[in-house]
Amino acid sequence: MTCTEFIALLDDLIDDTVAAETRAEVEKHMHKCGHCEVVFNTTRKTIEIYRSHEIYDLPNDLRERLHAAIMARCKKGC
Amino acid sequence: MTTIQSIAGQDEQHPDVALVERVRAGDVSAYDTLVRKYERQLFRIAQHITQNKEDAEDVMQDAFLKAFQKLDQFQGNSKFYTWLVRIAVNESLMRLRKRRTSKMVSIDEDLETEEGTVPRDLADWAPDPEQNYNQAELADILRKTIQGLPQGFRVVFALRDVEGLSTEETAETLGLSVPAVKSRLLRARLQLRERLSRYFHKKNGSVETGSRELRAES
Repeated sequence: MTCTEFIALLDDLIDDTVAAETRAEVEKHMHKCGHCEVVFNTTRKTIEIYRSHEIYDLPNDLRERLHAAIMARCKKGC
Repeated sequence: MTTIQSIAGQDEQHPDVALVERVRAGDVSAYDTLVRKYERQLFRIAQHITQNKEDAEDVMQDAFLKAFQKLDQFQGNSKFYTWLVRIAVNESLMRLRKRRTSKMVSIDEDLETEEGTVPRDLADWAPDPEQNYNQAELADILRKTIQGLPQGFRVVFALRDVEGLSTEETAETLGLSVPAVKSRLLRARLQLRERLSRYFHKKNGSVETGSRELRAES
């Protein structure tokens, strides 16, 4: 497997949708290619960081105000 | 090996359906439950697209009001949440168009076809790189980094990886083909990884930090 072929499979690998036999080849490639291993680990970490950190926080007071405004309009039939 | 999987399930008896039925029957309190359930997500999605807090507030309100008015058009073929996200995406794009009257705005904007498919920064990261920054610094880095992505990549990453929609739901929501979503997702992930690398490298100098190309052959 080449690095280019590895990158083409990266998303499937991260999303765990790679067939078993392909996975074995991919893991063999990663074992001997440190660069692809870094790309895999750091891409997975990138997603984890974005998933676990709130970058656009909705403060509770603003949330309550917007919620109340929405429901007031809905109760009046918008 | 840890995997990141979509949180979107395929359950046909989704509790949202019962809530929608109650709203249709005139029970507005059921809509209160739906709004509360999804308001944070809609606000985030609107922020990802508009990149403006005030616009995101307006989009969130308008999307919920529009969904309420159009509830009869909700067929139940897709999930209520996906239907709601589609409305929020459209409202967000409309809001951008209003801001930039001279320019067309679409999710296809600013796409460079070749950029971001070949990783260049191949130095490893620190074990828990985010711990080198406090919450505010980290949020700032993550915001700046994702805001630098082209719109068409940013929205795919936000829906698929941040909000946990499936590839198919993301495609349906954005009116894109599944292969287009996959292609954009890979490039979005790789570009974000590349841009975050400058903040998250190992700092002890034991790791090369220069740019090197991946080998074409193994």
